[in-house]
Amino acid sequence: MPIELIKLVPWIPLLGAALCGVCCMKPVWRKAAGPISVLSIFIPFLITCGVYSAAKHLNDTQQVQTVYSWIGVGEFQVNMAYFIDPLTMVMLFVVTGIGSLIATYAMGYMKGDRGYARFFMGVSLFIFAMTTLVMADNLVLLYLGWEGVGLCSYLLIGYYYDKPFAVAAAKKAFIVNRIGDLGFALGIFLTYMTYHTVSLSVVTDMARHAVEQGFDPTTADLWIPFLLMLGAFGKSAQIPLHVWLPDAMAGPTPVSALVHAATMVTAGVYMIARLMPVFQLSPYALPTVATVGGVTALFAGTIALCQYDLKKVFAYSTVSQLGYMFLGVGALSTFGGIFHLFTHAFFKALLFLTAGSVMHALAGQLDLRAMSGLRHKMPVTCWLMFAGCLALAGFPFTAGFFSKDTILAEAMVRGTGEHGSTLFFWLAIMGLATAFLTAFYTFRLWFRVFMGPEHFEMGDDDHGADDAHGDDHGHAHEPHEMPWWPMNAPLAVLAVGALFAGLIFSGWMTTNIEESTAQPAVALNIQTDPQTAPAYEIIAVSDQADTHAAAADSHADAGHGDDHEAHRAHGIHVLLKWVSSFIALLGIALAGYFHWLNRPLTDQIAKRFSGVVEVLYNKYYVDELYDLTIVKPLRRLGHGFYLFDQFVINGLVMTVGYLPRLVGWSVRPTQSGQIQGYGLGMVMGMALVALLVFKWAF
Amino acid sequence: MPLNAIDSLALSHFLLTGAVLFCLGLIGFISRRNLIIMFLCTEMMFQGVAVSLVAFSRFHLNDTGQTFVIFVLTIAAAEAALALGLVVLLFRRKKTLDALAWSDLKG
Repeated sequence: MPIELIKLVPWIPLLGAALCGVCCMKPVWRKAAGPISVLSIFIPFLITCGVYSAAKHLNDTQQVQTVYSWIGVGEFQVNMAYFIDPLTMVMLFVVTGIGSLIATYAMGYMKGDRGYARFFMGVSLFIFAMTTLVMADNLVLLYLGWEGVGLCSYLLIGYYYDKPFAVAAAKKAFIVNRIGDLGFALGIFLTYMTYHTVSLSVVTDMARHAVEQGFDPTTADLWIPFLLMLGAFGKSAQIPLHVWLPDAMAGPTPVSALVHAATMVTAGVYMIARLMPVFQLSPYALPTVATVGGVTALFAGTIALCQYDLKKVFAYSTVSQLGYMFLGVGALSTFGGIFHLFTHAFFKALLFLTAGSVMHALAGQLDLRAMSGLRHKMPVTCWLMFAGCLALAGFPFTAGFFSKDTILAEAMVRGTGEHGSTLFFWLAIMGLATAFLTAFYTFRLWFRVFMGPEHFEMGDDDHGADDAHGDDHGHAHEPHEMPWWPMNAPLAVLAVGALFAGLIFSGWMTTNIEESTAQPAVALNIQTDPQTAPAYEIIAVSDQADTHAAAADSHADAGHGDDHEAHRAHGIHVLLKWVSSFIALLGIALAGYFHWLNRPLTDQIAKRFSGVVEVLYNKYYVDELYDLTIVKPLRRLGHGFYLFDQFVINGLVMTVGYLPRLVGWSVRPTQSGQIQGYGLGMVMGMALVALLVFKWAF
Repeated sequence: MPLNAIDSLALSHFLLTGAVLFCLGLIGFISRRNLIIMFLCTEMMFQGVAVSLVAFSRFHLNDTGQTFVIFVLTIAAAEAALALGLVVLLFRRKKTLDALAWSDLKG
């Protein structure tokens, strides 16, 4: 296929969104919205597959595909242009591939819902924004996609707009994202002022050149990554802007899977990977990214331990896994970060959708305490979720195992050896602790839901009860298995991906990252300036970035990777594989003991440590803290402004308006309504005029 | 000579007659509340003015004033028909001729 076809990728979903919008107009047309939306996402996927081989062999001019000139003001030129490199292709595979599977599932899940067409319009529009984001050649276009996904996220979280908590969650997501986006926008402005262009390809080339040739970081170099990072933290729900993601589960479950687990939230990771050389310019940027990622991973992992809401557990595990990805890119392992993004998209989409099936079957019931032993009622869902759980827990040879280990091993490589920094060592330890927690809470959930004595309480949600099941067999009866088409079939595909994507795509991913601009730049001549030494130290070992077993030969390309270092890194990778396999198995085994075989003991322990459980259940009171320190003072400030407006400004306006009324009130009695009165007035007036005339005229 | 008899009357007599007519009408208009009486009073004011105009016309030997009076009378006749019609309508509405019944424009 000719490479030019890739220009169509974002526009087909946009067309699909428009058609879905048309479908909203008549109830009869609504049913067409689902298939339209699925097609509008699947066709771009086919195009992506078709042009993939062509996209691998592009020269510099072909890499930038311009559709039209978008903004031109003097020297400031922004084109609607797409940048095609292997990283873009990987992201397109994730977005359109996972997207079409989830949209297919949603056709069944949303069936009979009042806002069926509205939902699919949101989904198609989201794919438009997300593909624009990952294909953008310049930061302004990336920002368009960035804000576009934010908007779609808002629309889809607030899908059940008649439920106050959904509306509140949508607003929260939007506002928290705006805080991050403010930083992102400032970062773009500063980039333009520094580089006089917003083109990603040019900016990364310049930054890469600077890193390779040695440089003195300027103030702008130091600030740009921190500003951009803020946007990434907001979009990818990292501390301190993580609070919106768990609440975002108020949207329909396919939305949680697509937008808030598999694709949109990874935009931050993608952005940092894409601008890797720019982040390398600041000595403190990547360590900060890694620290925030590592801390978030552990923090969210502990919260997930004590949540009872099915979707909340997965939401916090998403935050935690995104933390891993940030740790990966922060440790200069773009490969690890993007690979984890890729595998995570499979298993997290699968987990959310199976959770959606459980929720669907139990009429909206999400409380772990209200369900148990559902394996006989929903055997297919049970084993599909099992596959997802294995991958999330990092069970050996599943998808999550490979990508997570790459990240941890890279962090460990960064943290040990001659140039090792203690920071990365501890981050790797935290990552391992998180891996244990992940295995434990994932299987806690699975054992609770599907194992043990059969017991369930139906929820009170009438979601889909009208004709989701084709007949009047409503939700008041028994939980039931989902139909194969369109619901379980896409899940089976995802399950295969969750189990085997790590094994199959590891090498493929390595070559793709190496050929993209996301490959970290390597300093060719290292100077030791005492002030900026830490930066160079990190850059110095960056040639180890892809020492994943499958990428062992990349060292030869790097030119100066010394054999000893390579050997050490390889050793760490192998060791970490054993350690994390053991940790995952231990976590799963303990979860099995505590949450399947011996539940009363677990309850006793939970009672003994009820203080800890309480804190974790309340998410470390972060929401309350923000409420106290930010929301309440802002509200008071707003109330102060309200009073000022009401009494000072409004008072002035009202006074001006009151004056004519006062005048009117004082002269009103002259209007008696009696003709005689008016006549008398006329006569008196005439008399007065006559008197004056005669007095002065003669 | 009848002409002389008229000549012996000074202009001021006629003007005085007109002024008396006008003032009577004015006082009647202000003091009475019956719509028809009020209307008749305005007619009386009209006639006072007409008398003055005719007197000036004769005094100055200029016909313009008398011509003007004829026009005024014509219009007054038409206006009388109209005004009486209005009075009838108002009476039908409230079954009274009292002007105070129509004080809706009170401020």
